[in-house]
Amino acid sequence: MKKKRTIGEWARSRDGQKFFVITAFMIVPLVLLFTFTYLPFGEMVGYSFFNMKYVGARKFVGWKNYIKVFQRDDCFKALKLSLYYMAGSVVQLLLSLYLATILSFKVKMGGLFKGLMFFPFLINGIAIGFIFKFFYTRGFVFDTVLQWCGFRLDSLPYWLRDQKINNWSLVGTSVWRYFGQNMVLFIGAIMSVDNELYEAAMLDGANRFQQFLYIILPGIKTIIVLNVILSITGSLSAFEPPYVITDGANGTGTYFVIMHEIAHTQQKVGLASAMAVVLLIIIMIATLLQKLFFKYVFRSAEDEDKRASLKRERRLARYGSEKGGNTL
Amino acid sequence: MNGRISDIRKLPLTILKYLSLCFFSFVAVLPVVSCFITAFKTDEEYQSTNVMTLPKNWFNFGNFVQAFQKANMGRAFLNSAIILVFVLVFSVFIGTQLAYVLNRFAFPGNGLIRSLFLFASLLPGVAMQVAVYEIMVKLHFINSIPGYIVMMCGTDVISIYIYIQFFENISNSLDESAIVDGASYFTIFYRILFPLLKPAIVTSCILKGVGTFNEYYAANLYLQNKQKYGTVATSLYTFVGPLGSKYNLICAGVIIALLPALIVFITCQKQIYSGLVAGAVKG
Repeated sequence: MKKKRTIGEWARSRDGQKFFVITAFMIVPLVLLFTFTYLPFGEMVGYSFFNMKYVGARKFVGWKNYIKVFQRDDCFKALKLSLYYMAGSVVQLLLSLYLATILSFKVKMGGLFKGLMFFPFLINGIAIGFIFKFFYTRGFVFDTVLQWCGFRLDSLPYWLRDQKINNWSLVGTSVWRYFGQNMVLFIGAIMSVDNELYEAAMLDGANRFQQFLYIILPGIKTIIVLNVILSITGSLSAFEPPYVITDGANGTGTYFVIMHEIAHTQQKVGLASAMAVVLLIIIMIATLLQKLFFKYVFRSAEDEDKRASLKRERRLARYGSEKGGNTL
Repeated sequence: MNGRISDIRKLPLTILKYLSLCFFSFVAVLPVVSCFITAFKTDEEYQSTNVMTLPKNWFNFGNFVQAFQKANMGRAFLNSAIILVFVLVFSVFIGTQLAYVLNRFAFPGNGLIRSLFLFASLLPGVAMQVAVYEIMVKLHFINSIPGYIVMMCGTDVISIYIYIQFFENISNSLDESAIVDGASYFTIFYRILFPLLKPAIVTSCILKGVGTFNEYYAANLYLQNKQKYGTVATSLYTFVGPLGSKYNLICAGVIIALLPALIVFITCQKQIYSGLVAGAVKG
């Protein structure tokens, strides 16, 4: 009886209330996080050691699936396609940085230009797939525009079929979709740089390029680094353009497209899980290395600043003492 | 006088500036505009004219009607609207409550929970679906719109960061004075803090809304009965296959599917931009 009252008291106290609110507010998101992220993650690691389908018997095969990932022609080698996407993201980054810089200064109809270039980001992937199947079809949109520019139709390749060019065509759609979004991010970052800095630079007679190099670039360093990290992980897991446009045909199947095909069409769940785990590990290592790298670069830059200022102080002190000595 | 000289000197740069803006705007718009043009062409016109030739009749809505019916778009819009509303309402409640607890209370495990959510955002969705599929089967969530909604709420991380960031800028003294007045934590959250979160909620709803409306990989995987449970994004799949080369019809479908995004974009352009920027600085 006595104990029960103390529990009741505790429940009415601040501590008890705190406990209730923490539990009540966290239980749903944590259950969801567990069910749709950590449980499948754990199961996936488990699956990767089995020869299995979604239904039916499963057989333990040890590391065989992992060995297959590295041996099969279609699995690990597909990762080299991500180099195309990395190259694309470099172009995308530079292009959006250039356009963002232009649009951050006074431009007539800037809002319109910004809107037009941003809109592709809001279109859903399937629609983009159809738009570009149409765009690249022989004699259709892209070919017509190139003919306006003086190219002859016979000299143009089949954009989605020719293995020399089709991966670039797909990377192009990805750049098309995201450069406006990157640009908007960069504009946001540039706008948050202190306005007085530009005014001071103007007064000092700095030209646009110098302003970009010495004010804008350092000011938006963080967001650029973030985008570089995102684009490298994004390139490794490139999926949408080949999935919706070519379905991975003619040598455009990236790692994830092949994984999807193995998991859901061939139903080799064990092998697909092993592929997923391998790529997750690669992505994690890449993210970690990049974080460390940028940390190191930034820290050493800061250290240099500190060292330089220390040196300056010492020199000043020496100068001061020498001068003092002289007057004495 | 001086001004004019510098204007003349700047002229090439100005030309270059507008030239590049025009060029890249053209590149961004061209694929969509060519679709728009084609959507108005009759079958005969589509076969006989070049794709970039303008249609004879800008009021030929036949393709739109046909595409709307063939892809069962009425149903798809209804499904998408239901999914959108529920996902947004749920994730606002879940996200703000979680952010409140993580930001306002120090308790053992707070840091761990934060890093669990952060780590979850690193896992690429497509890879995870290999195993999520099995769980969806066990929960009987295949071909179930409520099931799809629950899954979409469970895989949302970015908006939590937007909320936490926002909470950091709301002074703790508000909570404290309410506690002195004897308000419970639930009252503090719902009566005082929740209304203050409005800008953050708008921001995350726009981001999450665009993501949900356009999501098709999971929708395609889990809502397999496209006639009944198709969303706007997946209903376009109807055009793969026998209709695969009737681009005037497909383009009409594409234009219908991107219309909602276009309307939202035109009406709340500013919020979309600021929402994106707010969502990106989380790292």
